Amino acid sequence: MPTPNRTLTAEQLDALGRELDELRNRVLADLGERDAEYIRRIIRWQRGLEIGGRSLLFGSILPPAWVAGVAALSLSKILDNMEIGHNVMHGQYDWMKDPALDSKRFEWDTACPADQWRHSHNYMHHTHTNVLGKDRDIGYGILRMSEDQPWRRRDLGNPLYASLLALLFEWGVAVHDLEVERIEAGEVTLTDKRDILRAIWQKGRRQVLKDYVAFPLLAGPFAPLVFTGNLSANLIRNVWAFMIIFCGHFPEGVEEFSEQEVENETRGGWYLRQMLGSANLTGGGLFHILSGNLSHQIEHHVFPDIPAHRYREIAIEVREICERYGVPYNTGPLRKQFGSVVKKIFRLALPRDGQEQPVRDSEIEEQQPIALAA
Amino acid sequence: MSLTTPRPRAMGIPRRLLGSQLVDTLVGPHGIDRYLELIRPDLTLHDARGEVTAVRRQTARSVTLTLRPNSAWRGFRAGQFVRVGVEIDGVRRTRTYSPACSAARSDGQLELTVTVHQEGVVSRHLYAHARPGMILHLGTAQGEFVLPAQPPERLVLISGGSGITPVLSMLRTLCDQGHDGPVAFMHYARTAADWLYREEVQALARRHPNLRSAYLATREGDARVCADAITAMIGPLEGAVAAVCGPPRLIDAVRSLWPDPGEVLAETFTPPALTVTGAAANGTLRFLRSEQAVAIGEGTLLEQAEAAGLSPEFGCRMGICHTCTCRKAAGAVQNILTGEVSEEEDEDIQLCVSVPAGDVALEI
Repeated sequence: MPTPNRTLTAEQLDALGRELDELRNRVLADLGERDAEYIRRIIRWQRGLEIGGRSLLFGSILPPAWVAGVAALSLSKILDNMEIGHNVMHGQYDWMKDPALDSKRFEWDTACPADQWRHSHNYMHHTHTNVLGKDRDIGYGILRMSEDQPWRRRDLGNPLYASLLALLFEWGVAVHDLEVERIEAGEVTLTDKRDILRAIWQKGRRQVLKDYVAFPLLAGPFAPLVFTGNLSANLIRNVWAFMIIFCGHFPEGVEEFSEQEVENETRGGWYLRQMLGSANLTGGGLFHILSGNLSHQIEHHVFPDIPAHRYREIAIEVREICERYGVPYNTGPLRKQFGSVVKKIFRLALPRDGQEQPVRDSEIEEQQPIALAA
Repeated sequence: MSLTTPRPRAMGIPRRLLGSQLVDTLVGPHGIDRYLELIRPDLTLHDARGEVTAVRRQTARSVTLTLRPNSAWRGFRAGQFVRVGVEIDGVRRTRTYSPACSAARSDGQLELTVTVHQEGVVSRHLYAHARPGMILHLGTAQGEFVLPAQPPERLVLISGGSGITPVLSMLRTLCDQGHDGPVAFMHYARTAADWLYREEVQALARRHPNLRSAYLATREGDARVCADAITAMIGPLEGAVAAVCGPPRLIDAVRSLWPDPGEVLAETFTPPALTVTGAAANGTLRFLRSEQAVAIGEGTLLEQAEAAGLSPEFGCRMGICHTCTCRKAAGAVQNILTGEVSEEEDEDIQLCVSVPAGDVALEI
């Protein structure tokens, strides 16, 4: 696979950057009532599904009511986290100047404190997308998701860890900023992370109190049904979010980068890396909404702060630009993309062909910087 | 004596329950208002909002709105101003208006008179589109342009143009409270067609013999503010207190007339002069929280803040992560990615991709 900087000249990269900047400015200049109405409509749906779901669970002596309640509450949490929370916190609706949709103040219905998310996701992941050693979203510090991550014996558990991460995704995201792998390596201590821990504890406790204590207690005799209903909704949201998010950067063909490659990167180079490092999902309108429009991961990574429902509209143009510059546009249906992610999780559990000895942890730091995948 | 409005609706038991800790846990993390507003936009417990109940256009360049504030509204003192938010094409635009009604108005409603400016996005929108049922967002009443708790024995209320609203509020509040000391009310406008509230003030004067009023049109031959005119209405200026609202020139004129300028309370609607010079600006960059001011130099606002020894939060330094987003209190800045210039007060801007386009004051 050729390295991106070898396929495009500096002039081509600048031209690419200019074209994408122009597209972005065109969308920004057009923002207005339609976008405000869109996000408020999604919010009305989310709040309605939440109230409806919780009400159904309260009357869930009838099994169909329980199932319907779980479905509605799952959808509510998915909308809250993905199409609303993730996107609002990117600053996609800051231009509306509505304090309830302000990226700096928004808080979402999941265990992860919004402030930590803004740091680890908006800044770390979106700036350093797919740069090994800088983008902590590659494997989330737990999984081996790249050939260029040296294999260790414990990577044999890759599929197991991935399954656990899927089920507990909101908690995995919540502790993301703790940087467990750096604590493990002795680079930082838990004491350094005291404030982060405290914030996770406070947010997590509120979430647990709400879903697993307050609502069940209010339901009186139906407490166990409400408890299991809330638990199921959280699990469904966790697995769904895991699937969509893992399809964003890990399907076959998505490229990774070394720190050297991104030194002195231009704006055009940054755009190119975002496109090479992301993958889309195909599907219908409802699917796109339920994915938080992360089904348009390429458009999202190129323009993280324009309202996500616009990605679908500009995808044709982005794809056309990709084609003109010979940049691959990685897309496919969920089953294909997720299938390839699952395959990768299993494949990378084992050492690379020819790598005879597992690398001991102590050797990793002394290793030479990794070259881009051959 | 407190000059605040009674709260329009009492906090009933349901409302107290909705505001409880338990409900806060249940509706976390969004909070109760994000659910109540879906039932009715002004049902919010914490966000002050008002529903427009009446609209009239007194002059060709003004619109007068009556609004019913919700229970989150905490009232105002006559003369204070309120930040009012109105949504226009998806964007909440906020402007400052002084209520013109009595602060002791029995129905608790608010009256705002908005003068239309040719370039005014909000004033033109309200003039063209305000209608009963429209929801406006209200801030907390602020401002020191208020009468002392014990009203002065002899009072002169002077206004120019749209500056009539806070002094009219003072007059109406005093009337409602049965104040019986001599009050002179003088309103200056360019032409008689621009006079605001003339009939209302005349009606008040008929009911309150202690009130004398004068409406003057400066472009139609009426004299500008002078001591003789005031003395004719209320006696010698010594010992009288003036409350003036209008353009700076009017305030200066009144201050120069008064034997003791300390007896002149004043407020101007004109914002402090800021120069907008476009990119490569020169001027002053003020950092309000760290109480620093520097001359505008090279680079983005983030770089200039760092050069001044500040360490604002930042992330990508390329305009994508919004970590460095901060509040611009005043001034003009240009976004170097989009070329867009932000000139409004209290706008959020991204430090890492903005350059000054004139004097700037930032909340960092």
